[in-house]
Formats: sequence, C-alpha cells, structure tokens
Amino acid sequence: MAIHETSHSEYDVIVVGAGGAGLRAAVESTRRGLRTLIVTKSLLGKAHTVMAEGGVAAAMGNVYEEDNWKVHFRDTMRGGKMLNNYRMAELHAQEAPDRVRELEAWGALFDRTPDGRILQRDFGGHRYARLAHVGDRTGLELIRTLQQKVVSMGVDVVMECKVLEILTDADGKVAGCVGYMRPSGEFVTFSAPSVILATGGVGKAWKYTSNSWESTGDGHALALWAGAELIDMECIQFHPTGMVWPLSVRGLLVTEGVRGDGGVLRNSTGERFMFNYVADMFRAETADSEEEADKWYDDHSAGRRPPELLPRDEVARAINTEVKAGRGTPHGGVYLDIASRRSAEFIKRRLPSMYHQFMELAGVDITTEPMEIGPTCHYIMGGVRVEADTAATKVPGLFAAGEVAGGMHGSNRLGGNSLSDLLVFGRRAGMAASDYVEGGATASPLDAARVDKVIDEAIAPLLREGGESPYDIHRDLQEMMQANVGIIRTGSELEAARNALDEFAERVARVAVKGGRAYNPGWNLATDLPSMLTVSRCTTLGAINRTESRGGHTREDYPTPDAEMGKVNFVHSQPSGGGYREEIKTVPEPILEMTAELKTLFEEAK
Amino acid sequence: MASDLKIRVWRGDSTGGHFEEYDLERVEGEVVLDVIHRLQATQTPDLACRWNCKAGKCGSCSAEINGRPALMCMTRVEELPKDLITVTPMRTFPIIRDLVTDVSFNYEMAKQVPAFNPSPEPEGGYRMQQVDVARGQEFRKCIECFLCQDVCHVIRDHDEHKAHYAGPRFFIRYAELEMHPLDTNDRRELLRQKMGLGLCNITKCCTEVCPEHIKITDNAIIPLKERVVGASYDPVAWVGRVVLRRKKRTPDEAAVQPAP
Repeated sequence: MAIHETSHSEYDVIVVGAGGAGLRAAVESTRRGLRTLIVTKSLLGKAHTVMAEGGVAAAMGNVYEEDNWKVHFRDTMRGGKMLNNYRMAELHAQEAPDRVRELEAWGALFDRTPDGRILQRDFGGHRYARLAHVGDRTGLELIRTLQQKVVSMGVDVVMECKVLEILTDADGKVAGCVGYMRPSGEFVTFSAPSVILATGGVGKAWKYTSNSWESTGDGHALALWAGAELIDMECIQFHPTGMVWPLSVRGLLVTEGVRGDGGVLRNSTGERFMFNYVADMFRAETADSEEEADKWYDDHSAGRRPPELLPRDEVARAINTEVKAGRGTPHGGVYLDIASRRSAEFIKRRLPSMYHQFMELAGVDITTEPMEIGPTCHYIMGGVRVEADTAATKVPGLFAAGEVAGGMHGSNRLGGNSLSDLLVFGRRAGMAASDYVEGGATASPLDAARVDKVIDEAIAPLLREGGESPYDIHRDLQEMMQANVGIIRTGSELEAARNALDEFAERVARVAVKGGRAYNPGWNLATDLPSMLTVSRCTTLGAINRTESRGGHTREDYPTPDAEMGKVNFVHSQPSGGGYREEIKTVPEPILEMTAELKTLFEEAK
Repeated sequence: MASDLKIRVWRGDSTGGHFEEYDLERVEGEVVLDVIHRLQATQTPDLACRWNCKAGKCGSCSAEINGRPALMCMTRVEELPKDLITVTPMRTFPIIRDLVTDVSFNYEMAKQVPAFNPSPEPEGGYRMQQVDVARGQEFRKCIECFLCQDVCHVIRDHDEHKAHYAGPRFFIRYAELEMHPLDTNDRRELLRQKMGLGLCNITKCCTEVCPEHIKITDNAIIPLKERVVGASYDPVAWVGRVVLRRKKRTPDEAAVQPAP
C-alpha cells in the first residue's frame, strides 16, 4: 500500500513533452484511436520549439528544382561529419517534404514563391535553398499549427507537470510514470504501456545558453535511469551567433538567416575573417574572395557560397579563435554586420522579428549598427539511442523523438534540420508506440514502493534543514560546465570536470528548499538538478573518451578528426541501476554501416 | 553593495496576498524578468513566476508592471521610473501563486474554435499568393501571452462574461481562419451568438498592449464584425428569410464541421 497520496489515470500512450516532436507524436497515436496523454512541464504552446527561427529543411525543390532527398541526405551526413545514424538521416531527408505539406493542410501559413508554392530559403550547410519558413518565426508557426491540431482532435493535455521517473515492471517494460503538478505540488501517476520522450535539450547545464529553464535534460536522464542508452553526448552545438551584449539579450540567438541574407562576420579590426577558416572539406564549394561571395546571394550559380554559411561548428570555432587571438569585441564576441550591406527596408522585411526583438529588448537597431555575437550553447546532437525506423529505445515501450533522441545529426546539426527532425521522428515515434500498443502490450500495475521512493526523494529537499540552495548549486554547475566542458575542451579540464561532478552529486544530495510544494520554483529547480547532473556526467565522459575533434566536439589536445574515432559512438548506460549518483558505463560501439548504394552518393560528390 | 533598485512584488495565493518590497543593486541592461530571477536566486527562492524563453517569443511571463499589462522579459528596467517598480499578476485570471495565474480560460476558448477545414488538396499541392497569406500571418504572430485578454474590460472586471466571450486573442484566431485562403468553415454565426463579438466596443486596449504589435482591433475585430453583420443583417437575406420563411441558421448549422 502506497504511503503517499497520488492521483492516477490510465492511457495507451503517454507523450512527455509538448514541443514539435511530442505534439506530432500525439497526433499520430490519437489518429490511431489510442488514448493519448501529453504531459508538459510548461503551458501548451510555450515549448522551446517556438525559438526556432530559420525554417524547416525539406528538399521540396520549390526554389531549386535540382534539389532532392539525396542531396539533403548528403548535406546532413557531411554536416554531421559522418557520425550520423545514416538510416535516420535517410528517412529524414525522404520524409521531410511530406511533413511540411501536411502542416499546410493543418493550417500553417508559410511564405510563398511568386507562383504560390512554399518559399524556401538558404541556410548554412544546405546546398540549395531548402528551408520552408514564415519570416523568422517558423518555430512558432510549427508549434501553433500542431497545438491547434492536437486541440481539435481532443487530446488530453496535462500542463505544468514534471515527470520524475519512468516506471518499468519486473521484465523491464514500461508501465507508466510518476511526477508532480507544478501549480499544486500534488503528485500524479500515469499508467501506460508506452511512453514517448520528447523533452528536448540539456542547455541549462551551461552558463551561456539559448535554452529556457525547461531544457534540463529530463528525457535524457529518464531514459538512462529506466535502462535505455545514450549516445554522442559529447556532441553539443554551440550556435555561432548568440548575442553577448547588451545583457538583456545575452544568449539570444541571431538566426542564420541574417548570414543567408547577406550578413557578414567581422573582427575588431573590421576584417571579414571567415575566409581564413575554410576547411579543406568545404574548399571546393566555398568562395575564396569577397567579390565572388557577394555575387552568390542573388544568383547561386554566379559564385560559390560565402564562408559565413559554413556549418555551425566551423563558424563557432572560427569566432572562438578570433576572440582568443585578441581580435574580439569589448564584450568577448565578434561583429555580425548586415546594416552596412543591406537597406533598412530589406532587413525589416526579411528579418522582421529579429529587428523588432533587438529594438525593443536592447535598443539595438540592426539596420544601422552591427550586433555583438559569440558562440552560445544551443543544441545537443547526442541523446537517447533509438532505432531509426521506430524511434524505439532499448526499453520495451519507451520511445524518444526530437532533440532528446541521438543519432540523426551525428556530431553537428545543420540549421533547419531540427524542425524537420521533430516532424519526421515525432510521427514515427507515434506510429511505433501505437503499433506496440495495438500489438497487445499492456501496462503492468505500478510498483507502489518505487512510487513512494521517488516521491520521498522529491520532497526530501523541502524537509531538509540547513542544506544548500538549489540556485547556488545550479549556478556553480553551469560555470563549471562552461569552463571545463565548453566549446573547446582538453583532457586535463575534462578530468577536473569528472571529479567536480562527483562533488556536485554530493551537493545535490544535500540540497534544501524553502517554502511549500505549490508553484515553488526553488523546489522545481531542485528536482531538475538530478537530470542536469546526469547529462553533464554523460557529456563529460563522452568528451573524455572521444580523443579527436569532430563537429560539435573540439579537443584542443586532439585538434583533428581521427578516422578510427569516426567509426564509433560512445554509448552510456547504467547497468547496475539508474539514478544520478549511480555509476555510468561508457563504451565505444561501431556506428551503423551505410548501404553501398548510399555510399555512392559521396563518391559522386568528390 | 549599493541597493539602488526598489521593487514591489505581489505575493500570495487564491486565499489572499500582500505586497512585499525588495532592495537590490541596479545592474545595467536588465529587464524586469532578470530582476525577478535575481530575487529568486538571492532573496526569495520560492517567488513564483512563469517564464520560458526570455526573448519575447513564448508569451509566458505576462504580468502587470506599474499597472500596465506587459511581458516581464520585454520590459527594460531603465525605461521604468527610477523610484519604484511594482509587479502584480494579471488581474483577469484567478491567482495560483504570486505572479502566476490560472489561464485555463484561454485553453477552454481554444477548444471551442471550429477547426481549420481546408478544401481538398489539388494535384501538385495547394497554391496561395503571398498577399493572401500575409493577412493571416499577422494574426499567427500571436505568442499567446494573453495580455490582450487581461486588459479587455469585457472580462477584466466581469467574470460573468467569460462564459460567452472569446476575447481578443481568439477573435484574431477566428479572423485568421475566416481569412485563410483554403478554409471552408463558416464561423460567423458562432461569433455572433456564442463568442460575444458584439460585446467588444473597440476601445483598442488589446492592440495597445500586444507585444507583437498585431492590429487586433483594426485588422481582426472590425473586419469580423463587418462579416458577421453582412451574414446576419444583410437586407436581401432578411427579405429572403421573411418571404421564404427560412429560419436563421444556428452556429452549428452554419459551420461546416471538419472530419475528425
């Protein structure tokens, strides 16, 4: 008999997270007639997906007829430095156009070409103009369309609910989950044979981040604790153009669209420095003079691509190097300049919400002055290891889609590939979870003793006297991770981080919170610390093991890619029991071998 | 440490509350939400406020700052009067705790909007011109901060109207659907009979507080009123109804219900 009182309900499919992937998954299982529940830590429609600006990458060929899924696939694999799960990249490139068209049938209003089709824009790493978009607020359009779709289908949504643990049965199969309602602090349990994790990212473990308070790696940790595996956790994308100044906009991202539309990067001497940082892999397709680059914007056949549009990791590293060499701005960034290159009218039309946001938040007029930008923690490529076709994890009944899943983007994600990832794999996770339930899977009764233990741990900080504040622990964790496991890493710092994380585990175990359970942000943060700590440990362990530089993982002591390292993923698991203080095992495992047919795509390109 | 910033925050829950005053150091370039976060981290860890993106894109941190409905993340401290900043929760919605209100009214209204129902997709996909989608795009900029709902006097001090009043946020949603080049549903009678479109007397307060600068009154509510009047009070249709004794359609009859 349970000690703690909880309210309980039963479903067929539980979706944790209400961003693009979660909502898209819920559409699918609801369409199949299954009882579906969406659980979200915030209000519906507030998920981090709204922050995506540039667009949805899909080889629709509306602007350049030459575009097709094979080119998109190749761009994605090369952007990811070939560490990607090739099958995910393949499915993604093949299915993205249908997922975009489907949104239009659900009410989305994309920008149009002159002949009335969906307009597509250029973006870093994409060979052709490929991003379906709505000005620079594409993520909002996507979330609103899916939100409205889900509401019209009558899906149950539990808002402002934090999931603490995925519960499994004696056979290791999913049985449900336990969490609490943030407004009341009341504990809740849900039973279901299948759970889809769509919880997004982990950025809140770093100091300079574009992510909101929600991005604490809950799904990553929940999966690992429940017996699933994580891969590529060392691969974190630092977006090259996050604002570093003024304070009110620090961490805010400047869409890559600014560079696609003519914006260039300059150091404090005024030099357009990206020409000095073109890696051999991209030399053939990148302009080698300003004249050539400037011709490209109007006509892609008149010149090769400007180097500002290299993949994100390349640009972020270049900026980092410039700043370290003493050629940065007073606040430690570089200048992103579109003001001197395009008319005010052009900028306002093409980048309306960028213009509006900087004007209002910071008093910066981007049509007259350059922006001060620098690399900002933005996205984790790594995540829960899943089967490409089904989004299934190792735990029966547990699925993962979107940012929380790993593999699709390899070691570096191309801009625009995130929104399409959400749609393609959100749908696939919804279908696979439905197949699993329709195949006869049922939920075992929840383990009451386990539920009590989870609740005991969650309320312990409220009962503890004289422990440490969760805000202090969080701040120290962010600074430590930023300093030691940031954009440029080195062996000694990573070892220091590993040791520091052991101390953090002790501190988290002693955290104390004032106040009650009802809408108490201090308590909420205290319950987010275990997952932040878990992902920080995995990222650090992955970074220690990957003795090379590749994509979103750069080692100062191993500055180049290593062919052997490119053949493995580092896989994390907790074989002796899940929990933020339990041991994490990290082993290399070979990446999925690409089919011979797909390999020819890369030979043709050479 | 110099305490040169005074902020007064409403603290309490559904049973009642009071103002609490805090002194902090002024930090250059902050927005009000930064100050609230600083309070949480240093002085009052359980101060409740909702927020997500801190970039004016998610619409979570709505409150009333010096009496004016605004997003805390979009209000710069240096633009406020120097002596005192007062932050209170949105008044139109029930209090949960401190600055957090129960906005479920809006989610209930969202459920009542008859869904988008497009014409069948032609071979080769839908075609729409930019000029035709631009009207709806303005309304789809809405970040659902519900400040327009908060400021609207029809419900701000009249809870009793909430049962039959969609409010500005949903009037722009209806307008967007009405103006969508592909939609086939008719929501005009619903707007007139059940959604309280007539209660709005176009004081434009909603337009004034909209952080996305959507021209709610001019571009959505007034055109909707015209369309509803056109459908409901058209003299030719009136003659038709009288002479042919045709009954006026109910909202449910008027709307084309979409396939589930």
